[in-house]
Amino acid sequence: MANEAAKTHPWHVPEPSPWPIIGTIAGFIMAVGGIWFMHDGPIYLFGVGVLILIYTFYGWWRQVVLEANTAGAHSEQVKIGLRYGFIFFIVSEIMFFFAFFWAFFHSSLPILNNVAQAWPPEGIELIPASGVPLLNTLILLSSSATVTVAHHAILDDNRSKAIMWTWITAILGAVFLFFQAEEYIDATFKLSDGIYPSTFYLATGFHGFHVFVGTCFLAVCAMRLQKGHFKPDHHIGFEAAAWYWHFVDVVWIFLFVNVYIWGSSSFGHVAAG
Amino acid sequence: MSETAHADAHEHHDHRPTGWKRWVYSTNHKDIGTMYLALAMIGAIVGTAASMAIRVELHEPGVQFITDFQFYNVLVTAHGFIMVFFVVMPALIGGFGNWFIPLMIGTPDMAFPRMNNISFWLLPAALILLVIAGLIDGGPGTGWTVYPPLANADFHPGMAVDFGILSLHLAGASSILGAINFITTIVNMRAPGMTFHRMPLFIWAMLLTAILLLLAIPVLAGALTMLLTDRNFDTAFFSPAGGGDPLLWQHLFWFFGHPEVYIMIIPAFGVISEIVSTFSKKPIFGYLGMAYAMAAIGVVGFIVWAHHMYTVGFNVETRAYFTLATMVIAVPTGVKIFSWLATMWGGSIKFDTPMLFAMGFIFLFVVGGVTGVTLANAGADQAFHDTYFVVAHFHYVLSVAAIFAMYAGFYYWIGKMSGKQYPEGMARLQFWVTFIGVNILFFPQHFAGMAGMPRRIPDYPDAYAGWNMISSWGAYITAVGAILFFVVLWKTLTSKETVAANQWGTGANTLEWTVASPAPFHTHEQTPAIGTQPAAIGTQPAE
Repeated sequence: MANEAAKTHPWHVPEPSPWPIIGTIAGFIMAVGGIWFMHDGPIYLFGVGVLILIYTFYGWWRQVVLEANTAGAHSEQVKIGLRYGFIFFIVSEIMFFFAFFWAFFHSSLPILNNVAQAWPPEGIELIPASGVPLLNTLILLSSSATVTVAHHAILDDNRSKAIMWTWITAILGAVFLFFQAEEYIDATFKLSDGIYPSTFYLATGFHGFHVFVGTCFLAVCAMRLQKGHFKPDHHIGFEAAAWYWHFVDVVWIFLFVNVYIWGSSSFGHVAAG
Repeated sequence: MSETAHADAHEHHDHRPTGWKRWVYSTNHKDIGTMYLALAMIGAIVGTAASMAIRVELHEPGVQFITDFQFYNVLVTAHGFIMVFFVVMPALIGGFGNWFIPLMIGTPDMAFPRMNNISFWLLPAALILLVIAGLIDGGPGTGWTVYPPLANADFHPGMAVDFGILSLHLAGASSILGAINFITTIVNMRAPGMTFHRMPLFIWAMLLTAILLLLAIPVLAGALTMLLTDRNFDTAFFSPAGGGDPLLWQHLFWFFGHPEVYIMIIPAFGVISEIVSTFSKKPIFGYLGMAYAMAAIGVVGFIVWAHHMYTVGFNVETRAYFTLATMVIAVPTGVKIFSWLATMWGGSIKFDTPMLFAMGFIFLFVVGGVTGVTLANAGADQAFHDTYFVVAHFHYVLSVAAIFAMYAGFYYWIGKMSGKQYPEGMARLQFWVTFIGVNILFFPQHFAGMAGMPRRIPDYPDAYAGWNMISSWGAYITAVGAILFFVVLWKTLTSKETVAANQWGTGANTLEWTVASPAPFHTHEQTPAIGTQPAAIGTQPAE
């Protein structure tokens, strides 16, 4: 080894940090609290875990933002690594939804399932795809366009425009969630009403949760834009939010086409017959 | 030493913490790797204790000491979960991976050192949840496969299975974050000149393992979530009464579960490749073939899952496909076995302990591989399914081969990790005791299985008494081997005898042997220069 101490590598090795262990404690408390709640206990322990988790997110990512803004820790090579990391995270999310789509197709396609009944099952009052789901499709697709407008505004160093379009995107996400809540309230089937509501609520519910996370992510990006964090060549946080948003959008397209349109069409009946 | 000056010069801006903060707040890949190895050893003690209880109970027909058969099932479950998630994965992936990926690709640390830390700490939290699961409400008597309806609220109404599910959720989050970290590190942070086709095979193994983890674990997470809502929120994913299907669980579980067994064995392939090359003083035979064989095993591993489900009533076409796809895996696996043998062929072989364990690995993996081809036949499996033949098969490939790779890697790298020389004579004794023990333990199980002895039963007909008693004696010998290992570990860590930076000589030509032993707290602060030859031929950095 060379005997001088100067580092010649471009990588970022952060200081020791308390956030990982705090996050672990949050996860542990959420697990125990969640089980307690599911076995007729109170929910507050789970809530404590969630609060610690939110605190972890705040503290950990605040640290990351500080490093990105001031310390110069995020070299070009490190930025490439951050992009890779986020893409791989999205890949793992895709595989999570893969499980729920598998459950949906397994339950609805007799070719995969010897005990499959008619799909949609008897007695399920369907949500027409041409109603709120179509409206929500238009909202999410529009929001994918607006986030791209915001991205181009960042690249053009047009901050006020970027702020406006990022907020518009986040608001579209919130509107989507509002309509989805309405849809859930108006639905005539409960979660416990058999396999159709099971696949429907878990697939669309997890998607809705991801829309919520993406909306928060975009709102944080909008606030960071207002603080002047993003430069045309330095906005990994925004890129990650935009990629996440497109991912959420694509999952919705698959949900809309398969669960809402195909899953409620007579084709399912014919195949089951 | 230059390394001391090196460390001193860094102290002002590095804040290398002391005491508990060094470990709990760690962002250092070596410290995190050491913690993974320590956790794996704790897990191994617990998991081995469970298996010893099982073998004692099965020593003779009739009830030996386990009168509560649910408790027997809990032991089987705990043994499986702990060995998979808290021994093999943390040792081979978390331990050796964290320690040696940065050292072997010439980079100072992992891509996301803080995330590396939460990947580790989630595991002890998950282990605690699993232990709680075993202690409350009768424990989860489901086996590690957690099949409904046995895992449903009807048959496990308490909190035990829920604790097990949440334990796996935390362990899964740990694995996903670790996989993201490993892939990013290997793809992005290799020293200039180390192209993909010059990476050491251990790095190839880690990259492919991480990709498998990234794709397989989230599917388990989805399935576990469905099981959780079936149990607690009256969904009907796996309940025919509500239009669901228990087979959905089996599909989802094994879509994760089959890649999972490669997640456990591919890191072992990487370790063995390094060791066989080092101790034969030859570059690995067929380097690219070895790398792409692992890739092929990983890819095909995703499309063979239903060979775990041959008896559920598939039509004949489905069984024919899965038989074919499963047998195809024997081709890249054969490439690996024969390439290891060809590497040794004509080599100047040194039979130090790492090499003994590596050769033991090859032998045991071939035995397990051959029974694997047998089991791949959907027809034959009608008879073998859920018998001790299957138990013997997967213990040869996983329990024994993977554990041998862990022992091999330990002896190979403990000098680099601790700077101390392990006691060679006692280590070789540990190899022979373990090798003899595991074969006496698992080989008779083939015969018991072929005679029809089912898995996961605490009692059995007298006809199986002979093979079971031999098997139990093998287990006791293996346990002596495990105790010997801890003696070796203690003797190594307290030894005065130190080792050189490259203790294995010219055969060891990967980058970790270019830094001092023990490896300094920070390494590769200066990016090493990589030669123009493939790693398999030798990556000697510029001095």
